[in-house]
Amino acid sequence: MAEEVVLLDFWPSPFGMRSRIALAEKGIKYEHKEEDLRNKSALLLQMNPVHKKIPVLIHNGKPVCESLIQVQYIDEVWHDKAPLLPSDPYQKATARFWADYVDKKIYEVGGRVWKTKGEKQATAKKELIETLKLLEKELGDKPYFGGESLGYVDVAFIPFYSWFYALEKCGNFSIEAECPKLIAWAKRCMQKESVAKSLPDQQKVYDFILEMKKHFGIE
Amino acid sequence: MGEEVKVFGYWASPYSYRAELALKLKGVSYEYINEDIFGNKSDLLLKYNPVHKKVPVLLHNGKPIVESLVILEYIEETWKHNPYLPQDPYDKSTARFWIKFIDEKCFPTLWLAAWSAENEREKVTNEACEYLKTLESALNGKKFFGGETIGMVDIVASSVGYFIRVTQEIMGQNLLSADKFPQLFQWSEDFANCSIVKESLPPRDKLLPFVKGLIAKYQQDNAKA
Repeated sequence: MAEEVVLLDFWPSPFGMRSRIALAEKGIKYEHKEEDLRNKSALLLQMNPVHKKIPVLIHNGKPVCESLIQVQYIDEVWHDKAPLLPSDPYQKATARFWADYVDKKIYEVGGRVWKTKGEKQATAKKELIETLKLLEKELGDKPYFGGESLGYVDVAFIPFYSWFYALEKCGNFSIEAECPKLIAWAKRCMQKESVAKSLPDQQKVYDFILEMKKHFGIE
Repeated sequence: MGEEVKVFGYWASPYSYRAELALKLKGVSYEYINEDIFGNKSDLLLKYNPVHKKVPVLLHNGKPIVESLVILEYIEETWKHNPYLPQDPYDKSTARFWIKFIDEKCFPTLWLAAWSAENEREKVTNEACEYLKTLESALNGKKFFGGETIGMVDIVASSVGYFIRVTQEIMGQNLLSADKFPQLFQWSEDFANCSIVKESLPPRDKLLPFVKGLIAKYQQDNAKA
């Protein structure tokens, strides 16, 4: 049966990137539709009426919403190639825990780094580094969070790397100086075609953040 | 094989309850350890959950699993009988969607509606009602979110169906009412009446004063902030 896969996306979204990577890892051909979030398409509103957000994965006409739910779905449906989640329940639980940790922390704390100034920004920077250091510790000496190959946590986390340059410029700090092993991991991930093709250029992301700051009246 | 299963929880915690209900649905025996989360967390809890330092923690043959939703998925994958998640990947993703919705939107907003300051309450309450409406649509004429039997969405929705209803009683609110949300109200009744649920829920007469005290604390902290 011909599979029809569509991804409703927005280029700088780290959440959209997760699904792009998962689809690429599995070698799935899909139609990529770029959304204008100031003018959401009828299709997006129809496929994600609850949240009206991207990414939305549409498989044979049926929508799957929320990026980590999409990654799990992709892993389960196309289970023959490049497994992202381990098969052992305990290892799976560990992977889910860290992906959840990334979800709870990185976006919100990172957001505060570029949206605030002064003391609030200093606090956000400190929190971000603490969070990244904890993830670095979890990585340990493994090449990937998934072990020898890219796994669920790698897919959940690597998209935020495309935002690091922007955060560093906004916060005037170096993430590599604090977390060299994590940056080494990120560069290792970027060697993979599935990741390199899914992440936008860091300068482009920075320009986008600057536009957002102007739009929201943030200095 | 001798299974050693322990749950570190708190008797009034809706999150802790999810882990216990899941084990009961699977017929898995476990040792329950009540943590003094408002006073003195045990060394074991801090050892098993160093990142978040919270309950529940599931300990299976000495290995800790934390975060209630991660625990629920683990229990489902480890004890495969009496499944509470659908087998089909699409239906599974739909269940996970509603679980996330309850956990991130529905439950927190309903809780906020209980203790938020006077000037914010109307806005939060309206938001909570919108979420309840959406949640009700997920029932779609079924008895439980899981269909004929309790599923993982029902387990998570216990936070709303039971714990929030108790909270509402204290605050004299009646958001989850039979006339506003008939299907959802009926679900909460049917759910609480399941024998396995009935025998495991924290008793109302104990929960009421506890939640009252908690709300007072939240309001106090909020006023200071």
